[in-house]
Amino acid sequence: MSETALRPHENKETLDTDVTDGELPARLAATWGTAGGLIGALSTVDHKLIGRRYIVTGFFFLVLGGLAAVAMRLQLARPENSLIGPDLYNQIFTMHGTTMMFLFGVPIGEAIAVYLVPLMVGTRNIAFPRLNAFSYYVYLFGGLMIWIAFALNVGADNGWFSYVPLAGPEFSPGKRADFWAQMVTFTEVAALAVAVEIVVTVLKLRAPGMTLDRIPLFVWAMFVNAFLIIFAMPAVMLASSLLILDRLLDTHFFNQAEGGDPLLWQHLFWFFGHPEVYIIFLPGTAFVSAIIATFARRPVFGYPAIVLSLIATGFLSFGLWVHHMFTTGLPQLGATFFTASSMMIAIPTGIQIFCWIATLWDGRPVYRTPLLFVLGFFFIFVAGGLSGIMLASVPIDTQVHDTYFVVAHFHYVLIGGAVFPLLGAIYYWFPKFTGRMMSERLGRWHFWLAIIGFNVAFFPMHLAGLRGMPRRVYTYPAEMGWDGLNLVSTLGATLFVASFLLFLFNVAASLRDGEIAGDNPWDASSLEWATASPPPPHNFDRIPFVTSREPLWAERQALPVVSGLAVDKREVVITTATRALPDLKESSPDPTIWPFVSAIAVGAVFIGSIFTPWAVAWGAPLAAFVIIAWFWPKSIEEDK
Amino acid sequence: MDHRVVRDLSDLPNYAFGPRMTMWWGTLAFCVLEGTGFALALGGYLYLAFLNRDWPLGPPPPLFWSGLFTLVSLASLVPNYLVEAAAREENLFKVRILLVIMSGIGVLLAGLRFMEFAVLPVRWDFNAYGSLLWTILGLHAVHLVTDVVDTVVVTVLMFTRHGFGRRFSDVEDNAFYWYFVVISWLPTYVVLYWVSQL
Ligand code: HEM
Ligand SMILES: [Cu+2]
Repeated sequence: MSETALRPHENKETLDTDVTDGELPARLAATWGTAGGLIGALSTVDHKLIGRRYIVTGFFFLVLGGLAAVAMRLQLARPENSLIGPDLYNQIFTMHGTTMMFLFGVPIGEAIAVYLVPLMVGTRNIAFPRLNAFSYYVYLFGGLMIWIAFALNVGADNGWFSYVPLAGPEFSPGKRADFWAQMVTFTEVAALAVAVEIVVTVLKLRAPGMTLDRIPLFVWAMFVNAFLIIFAMPAVMLASSLLILDRLLDTHFFNQAEGGDPLLWQHLFWFFGHPEVYIIFLPGTAFVSAIIATFARRPVFGYPAIVLSLIATGFLSFGLWVHHMFTTGLPQLGATFFTASSMMIAIPTGIQIFCWIATLWDGRPVYRTPLLFVLGFFFIFVAGGLSGIMLASVPIDTQVHDTYFVVAHFHYVLIGGAVFPLLGAIYYWFPKFTGRMMSERLGRWHFWLAIIGFNVAFFPMHLAGLRGMPRRVYTYPAEMGWDGLNLVSTLGATLFVASFLLFLFNVAASLRDGEIAGDNPWDASSLEWATASPPPPHNFDRIPFVTSREPLWAERQALPVVSGLAVDKREVVITTATRALPDLKESSPDPTIWPFVSAIAVGAVFIGSIFTPWAVAWGAPLAAFVIIAWFWPKSIEEDK
Repeated sequence: MDHRVVRDLSDLPNYAFGPRMTMWWGTLAFCVLEGTGFALALGGYLYLAFLNRDWPLGPPPPLFWSGLFTLVSLASLVPNYLVEAAAREENLFKVRILLVIMSGIGVLLAGLRFMEFAVLPVRWDFNAYGSLLWTILGLHAVHLVTDVVDTVVVTVLMFTRHGFGRRFSDVEDNAFYWYFVVISWLPTYVVLYWVSQL
């Protein structure tokens, strides 16, 4: 059947065995490089360039979301403050939550995966690199769209989960909720595309010899995360599409009076929303595993246990969504089931934490900035987990639902579980991204300022919540006795924000005159450190041959590699899914402007549809045309 | 870091079929995520059907066009299987003929789907039942039309100078996606057309 496929190529092309070792890097860089100029930049399909843009854009939205948080804290610092009125406050807390979850939390984890996963599995580009470029532009346009709408006073204002009936046509006339719903469409298209790329990259593009049990834990976490995205994101896309239909085409999905049901929204939203929390957290575990191994100077303890815990977390996270709906009057038995499953998911997370602690215990830890942030993560995340266990109990949840206790809880989990590991990750991989080290001294200042600022900002919120302060209020009367706690919170938030300014300063200063890093400044063990910093366009002069779970520690003399790949055309090694035996040399797409053009066309359809359904009727054929142009082969070379 | 070459891959082929190719896995992943979307949409239908005691909130949809659609879809699996096999044999002549047939079937099915819409007994803005019918049928129609367009494009491609080599693998992937379009229709058909008859 496939004998014909095994026929070796007839016309001989130049292979890396035909050129000298000295000549090889330049030849490969020319083949895999990105052209100069604006068109070149917009056409690139290099996962490192796209990944870098993704990371910078993710941090840009973190800053915007952070500014919104600053505005809220200023308003809440004093009782009966009149800095921000109720309508603007609604928009600001919605923009804050929406930005943090959809424009920062999910994309930043994928962003780092886009940059690092291909390097860690030892290949030259991500699978489907044009789709990758497309996804970045779609994400960027979606994020800009909702913030521009906010600047024009059409900012979303129904909270980050946009509950109906409040967000429905009756109670939210105007376009605010529509922009929110379309932002979801944009970002989820992007997130799903990247998830597919990651899954296929991990399954098929691993370097020869990287069997399943040699995949770095970082890559495992990103792989499981991609599956969570694939199963969770369709729910929110469906939900937001139904919401748009209810609002623009007068359907009745959420309209009780015509046979719909508002709780359908909540089920669909939280079917996505709970896994969402893990989608934000799993990349954090990826960073932690990588950082701990390097700075404990030994492989992570309990590799199989961690992999199984990741997979178990993935499954369990889909059994929990109803715990966000305990106060909606569910049947008793249902609530009990979801309490039990909410407590159960603590088990795999606990196992991972014990494995990490055991690694540090048994290693010879070197306390550099990345490891400090990981220790900060332990502390904050575990505190957040404790208040989470409290919330999983229905009576307590009923009491503190929609108070600042919940706000405190989820910031401990989100900032502890995602932001602290992320900051550690930036300190850790900055040398790989840029070729320079970040300042260790500023890094320590950053860490201490951040952890103190964070706790001063968020710990008092637990107390304010227990004293009854509801979330999403733009102000409160002085008699409630919440003013002291709120003032402390605001001071803490100021410290926390100052720590970020210090971080940004450190990044800028280190970019200019940080110490030169070299290939592997931390003496780490995974493959991204086996190449130059920053890596050349083709990542590796020769594709590594993996012989161990910690390849760079196992092979200190010379890295085993394979040869025989094309030099003048983009080619990647495809291996078998489990045993990673070399199987094919597939060609990898060249740069092209079409993904960018397609993203513009698709974006125009999405935005146009907010104003008239005809945008879809006219825009869909246009988008189809552009996408066909993208896929149509440009040369005979590509057919081979 | 110093290198030592341990394997030479000069003789590996450039393409193959099925799960040996990245595109096959990419297509599978998209089928899985779109399948999740279908499952949730149908779950939403059943959820509202369960909540409303007197479901359906209107006449059940007529069975003629949808029945015809279902039969033709099932019948299309045969030429689809054949085109997949012909692609693997890299038999350009057979592939061209079968692709033309598949394109024709696709256009026919799109027409039948249009008739289905035309005879739906309630409008989408009448009540939640109408909204569900139109939206879920529409969701499937989007997948149908996407694959028909893709089939036509691939057909044209195979009649140009590009019709060789790894393009056969593209034909195979297109056929793979068609299985998904047909298979995702079956539960959709049962839920939309038969649950309301109960
Ligand atoms: C500078 C640090 C931050 C501060 C000072 C801060 C402050 C706040 C405050 C005061 C609220 C409650 C608003 C209200 O209910 O009236 C809030 C809500 C929220 N925050 Fe943060 N936050 C910060 C960072 C983050 C981060 C990093 C994330 C996620 C990764 C996040 C996610 C959320 C979400 C999802 C909400 C709920 C919004 C809603 O009610 O719809 N926050 N934040
Ligand atoms: Cu949850």
